Amino acid sequence: MTELISEKLPTTRQNPFDPPAEVTRIREQARISRLRFADGHLGWLVTGHHQVREVLGSPKFTTDPAKHHQLDARFQGEAPEEGRKVEPGMFLSQDAPDHTRLRKMLQGQFTVRRMNQLSEWIGTIVDDQLKHLRSFEGRADLVKEFALPVPSLVICALLGVDYDERHRFQEDTAKMLSLESTFKEAMEAIRRIQDFMRELIERKKANPGGDDMISDLLATGEPTDEEASNMALLLLLAGHETTANMLGIGAFTLLQHPDQLKILRDEPEVVDNAVEELMRYLSIIHFGPVRTATEDVEIDGHLIKAGDTVLMHVPVANRDPEKFPGNPEELDLRRPAGGHVAFGHGIHQCLGQQLARIEMRIGFSRLFQEFPDLRLDIDPEEVPLRTDMGIYGVHSLPVAWSA
Amino acid sequence: MKISVDQTKCCGSGMCVLTDPDLFDQSEDDGTVVLLQEHPDAAHEATAKEAAGLCPAGAITIS
Repeated sequence: MTELISEKLPTTRQNPFDPPAEVTRIREQARISRLRFADGHLGWLVTGHHQVREVLGSPKFTTDPAKHHQLDARFQGEAPEEGRKVEPGMFLSQDAPDHTRLRKMLQGQFTVRRMNQLSEWIGTIVDDQLKHLRSFEGRADLVKEFALPVPSLVICALLGVDYDERHRFQEDTAKMLSLESTFKEAMEAIRRIQDFMRELIERKKANPGGDDMISDLLATGEPTDEEASNMALLLLLAGHETTANMLGIGAFTLLQHPDQLKILRDEPEVVDNAVEELMRYLSIIHFGPVRTATEDVEIDGHLIKAGDTVLMHVPVANRDPEKFPGNPEELDLRRPAGGHVAFGHGIHQCLGQQLARIEMRIGFSRLFQEFPDLRLDIDPEEVPLRTDMGIYGVHSLPVAWSA
Repeated sequence: MKISVDQTKCCGSGMCVLTDPDLFDQSEDDGTVVLLQEHPDAAHEATAKEAAGLCPAGAITIS
């Protein structure tokens, strides 16, 4: 069997909401194909939904970035090893048993029940932010005034980080995630956020008993200070970048699909599924995640050798007609969208997913209830897209309403 | 139908509780799965299967 080889991963989107058509064409030919990495390594590209789940669910792959061949030449070659060395507490980049031990320390704080108990409080944050939005009398940037503040306020309060100190991490987060930052700039940004988190941990240790997740984590006495500070950093980043971008580009998507927006308005009970469908449809990462085989493993008839790097393409896998029959390229808020891999799959599946769901359910439904005639205040072609950022979305979303 | 859960595999995603809170719960302590009904009645068979399929860690088996 001749295998399909891509010398470069196509990354150009033809429109704001769809993954690159070329990658969809690759999936149509082969759900597992070969992909060239920056150092010449011939690795794998997985675009099928079932196949992505199989790789992410297998213990025969590592998530350690130091083991991966890199797609981006910036992180290959001249980049010092330091940048890819996994620091204690960065459990997203660790395998069992370290990952298991660290994640377990936090899992109890993110259960469905705990998150449901936060609904009313999150509702208050959303309502306050909508009042703030209304104060702009008819037009505002929805990202700046709503989509970014809501999850930032929520995660700061949950972690016990002073929201007024957000300037200490928000700009650096953007630098870290920017695909245009040099390696050095990204490293400097992460070091500054780490300094901020270390100070935070010291403050909390000096004043124990706080009613927040970091204080609870420290009270267990389980993590070392370095682990606790990197775990907190991970939660802070994951908590505000991802949901913020889903709220921003999700609102853009709904405004551009008025028939679907009408369903959300007329049938409020559809909101839980609407959130799943928006996640499936948008995925909000450009591509990934990445794993490297630690031993030879067969996936869907392909022998992946130990040391081979595998790039999964979540946005294209989430449009796989084998999993989502009918027309998976269309947004359909009534489609059974469960089982999408936008939160990942396997033991690294998003820890904060139940929090994200609640923020999105309340965020989308109240935004469009409170602002029934919300509309774009810019030509849709002009909306600045986050094609330059690791996490996709919109940089800003100028909107208008009848004041 | 019989549901079995493996707490050592569980990663506390909560997908099972989200799918059917009558069958599954999560420990307050470390978020791992707590099985509420080992033998689901007919009304819960479909959601039991769905939860097993959705579990990211493969911690739920149906026999």
